[in-house]
Amino acid sequence: MSIKHGLLALLDQGPSYGYQLRTEFEARTGATWPLNVGQVYTTLSRLERDGLVVPDGEDEEGHQVYAVTEKGRAELRTWFDTPVARTNPPRDELAIKLAMAVTVPGVDVHAVVQGQRRHSVKALQDYTRLKARALTAVGDEDSAGTDLAWLLVLDQLIFQTEAEVRWLDHCETRLANRKPPIRQAAAPARRVARTHGEER
Amino acid sequence: MTDRQPVLQLERVSRVHGRGAAEVHALRAVDLAVAPGEFVAVMGPSGSGKSTLLTLAGGLDTPTEGRVLVEGRPLAGLSRKKLAEVRRRSIGYVFQDYNLIPALTAAENIALPRELDGVSARTARREALAALEELHIAELADRFPDDMSGGQQQRVAIARSLIGERRLVLADEPTGALDSGTGEEVLAVLRARCDAGAAAMMVTHEARHAAWADRVVFLRDGLLVDETGRQQPESLLVTGAGEAGAR
Repeated sequence: MSIKHGLLALLDQGPSYGYQLRTEFEARTGATWPLNVGQVYTTLSRLERDGLVVPDGEDEEGHQVYAVTEKGRAELRTWFDTPVARTNPPRDELAIKLAMAVTVPGVDVHAVVQGQRRHSVKALQDYTRLKARALTAVGDEDSAGTDLAWLLVLDQLIFQTEAEVRWLDHCETRLANRKPPIRQAAAPARRVARTHGEER
Repeated sequence: MTDRQPVLQLERVSRVHGRGAAEVHALRAVDLAVAPGEFVAVMGPSGSGKSTLLTLAGGLDTPTEGRVLVEGRPLAGLSRKKLAEVRRRSIGYVFQDYNLIPALTAAENIALPRELDGVSARTARREALAALEELHIAELADRFPDDMSGGQQQRVAIARSLIGERRLVLADEPTGALDSGTGEEVLAVLRARCDAGAAAMMVTHEARHAAWADRVVFLRDGLLVDETGRQQPESLLVTGAGEAGAR
């Protein structure tokens, strides 16, 4: 979905060919979501099929150039005007892992949380170093637009990772506040204890 | 890590408040060193010992066990007067609420510690102006704190904390009162000061702010439980880009 609209947005700035579109896409998103040229060409042929782009001849090196159509521009405007849907949250491996960790006996949930926190904070440090560089680059006059686009993508990664760390902190507080589980040898008894003992 | 002498060293530092049943172990045998040019962030939930760590590092409190060394000097052996001198000459402090003196301009606030060092008022002012220049806030020199935004005040506070021979900044939630954009500018300044050779230890509960540091250490119940090492930023884009995209 976003590749399609990403390409339309790039073509809205003038006709272009596949490889060039890929380079432009990555300049704006910092190769965070790498595209292969194959994906670009597949998407372009679908866009052409749907009448959103048209072939616009070849450049001097023989590259097939595409241009956006009026219908394509309308599609792009609709995309900008429509919020990105928040229904059906993507399956989150970490949430699933923690949900499992608190229910599977013998898992050190604190260790799982801390291991993830270290990993996520490291990622945050990396993103922040890249951001510090991008901030310097945005100060320069040339190509400020592209650097700004990359900076916004980095900010998003940073806020998302931060949210994950905050959520982990929160999980830990919840775990700390939880009453210690009542340990009983027999399995059925434990089930009873769980239903009554949880979240009091 | 580095062969240079750490600016700040904590060796097996413990701090116990109260006695008997009321005994609270604020810190338990914490080892931590901050090298010149290094920016260390301390994270942990409230009550984990973050503030105690900062207070001990700044010589404002003494450990129950272990030693604190600033530029290789153990603080424990020092007389009151000497300790006050180390606190004043070697360590700069940055707080959440800036702590600038309202009756003094930015330049005067920055020059004040130098005048207390015994430097002439003229030299101190010249140094203060140079510090402001380095932080790209020369235009604030003659402004009073009340006429500055929070972010500007905090940048002045950072300039003040590193004036003269001071090479160690201890920062307690320095961006706590700032919006995200201004907080970022302040952290970028602190980062730049460390890149220029200063050492900083910052306490924060915000991962996004801690991420400006070279190393993030995690405290829990007074114990140093974990830390992140220093990585090359390239590692992420080369090996981790696909991973980040897949999420």
